[in-house]
Amino acid sequence: MNTRSSHEPIIAMKNIEKHFGSVIALAGVSVDVFPGECHCLLGDNGAGKSTFIKTMSGVHKPTKGEIFFENRPMSFSDPRDAIAAGIATVHQHLAMIPLMSVSRNFFMGNEPVKKILGMPFFDHEHANAVTMEEMRKMGINLRGPDQAVGTLSGGERQTVAIARAVHFGAKVLILDEPTSALGVRQTANVLATIDKVRKQDIAVVFITHNVRHALAVGDRFTVLNRGKTLGTAQRGQITPEELQDMMAGGQEMVALEGSLGGTV
Amino acid sequence: MSESTANPGVDERIKQQSRLQKALVRPELGGICGTIVVFALFLLFAGDSGMFNAQGVLNWSVVSAQFMIIAVGACLLMIAGEFDLSVGSMIGFSGMMIAIFTVSFGWPVWMAIIVTFIGCIAIGAINGFIVIRTGLPSFIVTLASLFILRGFTIYLPQLLERKTIIGGVRDAAQGDWLAVIFGGKILKGFFQWMGDVGIIGTFERGTQAGKPVVEGIPMLIVWAIVLVIIGHILLTRTRFGNWIFASGGDAESARNSGVPVNRVKILMFMTTAFCACVFATCQVMEFGSAGADRGLLKEFEAIIAVVIGGALLTGGYGSVIGAALGALIFGVVQQGLFFAGVESSLFRVFLGLILLFAVILNTYIRRMITGER
Repeated sequence: MNTRSSHEPIIAMKNIEKHFGSVIALAGVSVDVFPGECHCLLGDNGAGKSTFIKTMSGVHKPTKGEIFFENRPMSFSDPRDAIAAGIATVHQHLAMIPLMSVSRNFFMGNEPVKKILGMPFFDHEHANAVTMEEMRKMGINLRGPDQAVGTLSGGERQTVAIARAVHFGAKVLILDEPTSALGVRQTANVLATIDKVRKQDIAVVFITHNVRHALAVGDRFTVLNRGKTLGTAQRGQITPEELQDMMAGGQEMVALEGSLGGTV
Repeated sequence: MSESTANPGVDERIKQQSRLQKALVRPELGGICGTIVVFALFLLFAGDSGMFNAQGVLNWSVVSAQFMIIAVGACLLMIAGEFDLSVGSMIGFSGMMIAIFTVSFGWPVWMAIIVTFIGCIAIGAINGFIVIRTGLPSFIVTLASLFILRGFTIYLPQLLERKTIIGGVRDAAQGDWLAVIFGGKILKGFFQWMGDVGIIGTFERGTQAGKPVVEGIPMLIVWAIVLVIIGHILLTRTRFGNWIFASGGDAESARNSGVPVNRVKILMFMTTAFCACVFATCQVMEFGSAGADRGLLKEFEAIIAVVIGGALLTGGYGSVIGAALGALIFGVVQQGLFFAGVESSLFRVFLGLILLFAVILNTYIRRMITGER
């Protein structure tokens, strides 16, 4: 287990409940996230993963339960507050604008400004230099900072989005299924990026429904099923089969797996 | 991980682009090519028709400047991902308001102009607000404004003056400090000097004998150039410009990154209204009157100029310089066909062909930029 995880949690979610009208999306979920760990949140479709991270990132307010951020009770009125506090979310699709250059995307919403004659202008030189440097750190070789994001692969786009969040001071990085649409090689790149980010003492919350991807980088694993946690497991204490079973809800999966020859 | 990190700086899968190719891949390319072709054609076929002497140049410059003023607003709005079909009606409406305020109400011209500008920018804001709040396509919302504004432009003068053209603005504007900014001319001394030394022609007979054929540069052209420069700098060199691209490229991604998309879009609707108002004020000051049919079809002409200039109809990509070149092409072709003695109805055929050519070229450029196939 990661030694750094032993100090105080950066985010503590206690007995979170979220109801949408008559639907109970979350029925009392508790999760702690520590700096420098990769906390994997696993669950099948409809398990409440998205609702849970949206609560964490300030999109939803919990119906019941408490959230502590850096030991203080937190209540964000909107996602921008959460971003300002250092909770960044990288969405699976809605992260980058293909027609814009990497550099313009990288600084979107956080444009560096240089004053000329008292007027604020976009500091392109600074933006380009920083973008190239950050991309090199993440192992992406750009033709130039003005290369359009549309020319990058899906994995590279995820990496740019992660690098951007880290550059702008994220303490908690929430990755919403970053690998679900990627090929093998691209997935490996994104997982390597997650590993680099974790080593910078940033807490990573990695949402996935792929057990292999989770086990490749995860320090701890929390499984959600029908709005409840089935507990948090340490790395090394759980096998892929057990995780898979917990996600799918046990019984029926055993039968299914039998018919598929244990390949799922 | 990948081998590309082992050998930094080189990725064997990225084809090296030549410098020429790099220079060509820009939104303005279609506009630049079109401008060269159009000027070459008219120099060839109408070079000795007076199209390129002082009067001729002024003639097509004024027409192009008119297109440019509305194209700047339409361009920024289109890049921000929205349309405004009410530009033409807005031109008619704001011109009519200035005439009603000065002639029917007897207000000083400067006050009429300022109140009209405030009113029209407010209407632009309402357009934007409705689009943002309802989530309806701006195409439909501004189509409604097109009819509403045109209706009022026809109804109000009939109600107040029992006619659809209100004249007499020129007399009222005499000596007005604000009217000069829209209807005046600059560099008159310079043109007088050029006439005196024979660089440009002078009138030989009549009351104006001895005066140069071109008295000065109309403020309309100055407005066009200033708006193009401001628009270009705003779009490419400021953080707000980045927000315009982001809002049009993908509003949801932009919001996730903290870009105030709604504010950007509403401000762009207001800018379009402002540009339409500048156009209308210049026109009213030039003609001394306002007519209910002014600005008809201008919204499409603005959009065509913007598209020739390389902007994407779906937003997120384009250039103000390109839109200005599109407007120049538009003006030169419209007036040039007249100089070349071509049947004027062929103007539309020519325009359609240029539009098609420019759009095909722009699609090809965009594919090169984004790497899509």
